[in-house]
Amino acid sequence: MDQAETKEWSRRYAGKRLLRSEILLDDPLFQQLINTSYFTPVPSIVRNYFQTQCQRCGNQKRSLFGSIPCYSCGNVHVYCRKCIDMGRVMTCTPLYEWTGPEMDWPHHSNACTWSGELTEPQRKGADCIVQAIQHREKELLVWAVCGAGKTEMLIPGITEALRHGQRICLATPRADVVQELLPRLQQAFAKLEIQALYGGSRDREATAQFIIATTHQMMRFKHAFDTVIIDEVDAFPYTNDPSLPFAARRAIKPEGTTIYLTATPRQQHQMQIASKKLPHVFVPLRFHGHPLPVPEYRMCYTMKKDLATYRPPKAFLKWYHRRKHPERQLLLFVPSIRLAEGLSEQLSDILHDCVIQAVHASDKGREQKVQQFRNREFDLLVTTTILERGVTFPAVDVAVLAANHTVFDEAALVQIAGRAGRSPNDPEGEVLFFHDGKTEAMGAAVRSIKRMNKRGGFR
Amino acid sequence: MNCLWCDEAIIPSITWKTIVPLTEPMYLCPACTKELTVLQGGRCRKCSRMSRKDLCVDCERWQSNWSNGRDPLEWNISVFQYNDWMQEVISRWKYRGDYCLGKAFLPEYQRVFRQHFSFLPSNTAIVPIPLSEERLRERGFNQAELLADCLPRQTDQVLKRIHGEKQSKKTRLERLTGKNPFKVTQTVNNPVVLADDIYTTGTTLRHAASVLKQNGCPKIYALTLVRG
Ligand SMILES: [Zn+2]
Ligand SMILES: [Zn+2]
Ligand SMILES: [Zn+2]
Repeated sequence: MDQAETKEWSRRYAGKRLLRSEILLDDPLFQQLINTSYFTPVPSIVRNYFQTQCQRCGNQKRSLFGSIPCYSCGNVHVYCRKCIDMGRVMTCTPLYEWTGPEMDWPHHSNACTWSGELTEPQRKGADCIVQAIQHREKELLVWAVCGAGKTEMLIPGITEALRHGQRICLATPRADVVQELLPRLQQAFAKLEIQALYGGSRDREATAQFIIATTHQMMRFKHAFDTVIIDEVDAFPYTNDPSLPFAARRAIKPEGTTIYLTATPRQQHQMQIASKKLPHVFVPLRFHGHPLPVPEYRMCYTMKKDLATYRPPKAFLKWYHRRKHPERQLLLFVPSIRLAEGLSEQLSDILHDCVIQAVHASDKGREQKVQQFRNREFDLLVTTTILERGVTFPAVDVAVLAANHTVFDEAALVQIAGRAGRSPNDPEGEVLFFHDGKTEAMGAAVRSIKRMNKRGGFR
Repeated sequence: MNCLWCDEAIIPSITWKTIVPLTEPMYLCPACTKELTVLQGGRCRKCSRMSRKDLCVDCERWQSNWSNGRDPLEWNISVFQYNDWMQEVISRWKYRGDYCLGKAFLPEYQRVFRQHFSFLPSNTAIVPIPLSEERLRERGFNQAELLADCLPRQTDQVLKRIHGEKQSKKTRLERLTGKNPFKVTQTVNNPVVLADDIYTTGTTLRHAASVLKQNGCPKIYALTLVRG
């Protein structure tokens, strides 16, 4: 084994924990790397008297393990059903950890090719991130309102990390956000190789110094990154799925830095901030310097009856026809896929000169529709909470039908309201909550938006 | 018990069925059960596709194209309708290898067997469509075998997949359907019900049926999980 080869292997496999089928080496070479302890097999599923745990995703839930008669050895094995989309993990297939030489990532004295300028509040946030990375602090929470421009805010921190020869991962809950971030960051670091990892992505092996990935993809790493930036840390599925924090914690080096980004911190983080257990920085201003639009309530007594037959409520139509800026596109949130489809059909019948589409999570043409809406190819987009975050449209009004439905919790409503007024050319935007009984979440969302505006220096 | 597909906890409502023990366990939650649509109503008598005609267009074509009108397959019965949900479930079951998902289908598969195949003699053999050695190693199990094994007749694994042997002259049939990928490892002189997960064009099942027939099998039927 010569040095160049060894270096290539550590570039490919350092910090990874993989199934044999994910390691693209032929059997003799692989065996040799095992013999020299460059790869070490570790059990993929650990069982004791009380419970079983998948060592890749951390799953411990009994209903998410299955048993299967093994084709190679004839015994019945336990396998993990939770992370099966990444290749089946079972008791007779170990995971392989790289235990060979560490990869020595290059130091980039100034990798940044971005020439834009940060606003004052962005600068404050960016400085805190740089310091956290410089001083190898354990954690930092960046609380930046929707539209603060957090991608730009990350650039100085990433530049700093690269200066120290660090390996960096920017993790975000959704694949479409990964795809949106890649070209923007590639432009900001034009000479650096950046890889994007998500289910079905072209980059598979993750051999770059800077990785943008869905939080799911972090399950393939162990002690790989010096700095991990977790975008939308409050978002579903990160908070509801214990395997994602499990994976994120393991992917980072023990002495590494974790930066959390959020516009709507969950209670647990708010409490840690209040008790000063979690260092944080608050970025209260949108990059264009205007306040967040404050939602207005509209009562619709007939909501349930209307929506049962996919009929748009009268109060909604009345508002729609009298909008202050009818030239704006409209983003209409509804609580379910069925409603999104049914309502967009009925609305098309009623609003003749308005072109309407619907999107939801299992819609295969989702990305295309989002792009078309962004290009102003149609006027009204009916959507489920799938577009609540991560996506920006320049000038839209936002309406939520059945805002009192349980899918719209406080964070979701704040995020939804944050879709309006994103453009410096049209920095306002109407946000309407249509409901038939105000919920605690609706009130909390409005209070929290007002509070953030106040902290940003607005009345 | 949790739903095998969405992992939602299933809370059984108390009915006489649940009070009296020994009923079938619930594998899917009510929402997922709704997605699992049993085929019923007007169907092609030959391939089970929803059709107003007694024999669908595709099956008419099979009649005339397969070796002078002697279609080796008597008929196929499928249990469920193919929809987006079904596609996702089947793909996680067989391609990802989530073995235990299959359990959710077995009760209906057995019921439809009893409904349509009870007339067959007790020496009828169930023959699962085999996977190639390579696929089998990859996935660890053959979904067709799992289906076959739940039926109340003897399972006989008498088919084998053969691999890319070169062939110079193609017959008309082979041009239409490709080379027959199966061979028989053991002759069967009793009626056969082929077991597979999906009937799409019917080509695979007819290839299997035709090698069985050439080797002396009198009648071949098929029971498939979904009509693609
Ligand atoms: Zn797992
Ligand atoms: Zn379910
Ligand atoms: Zn037919």
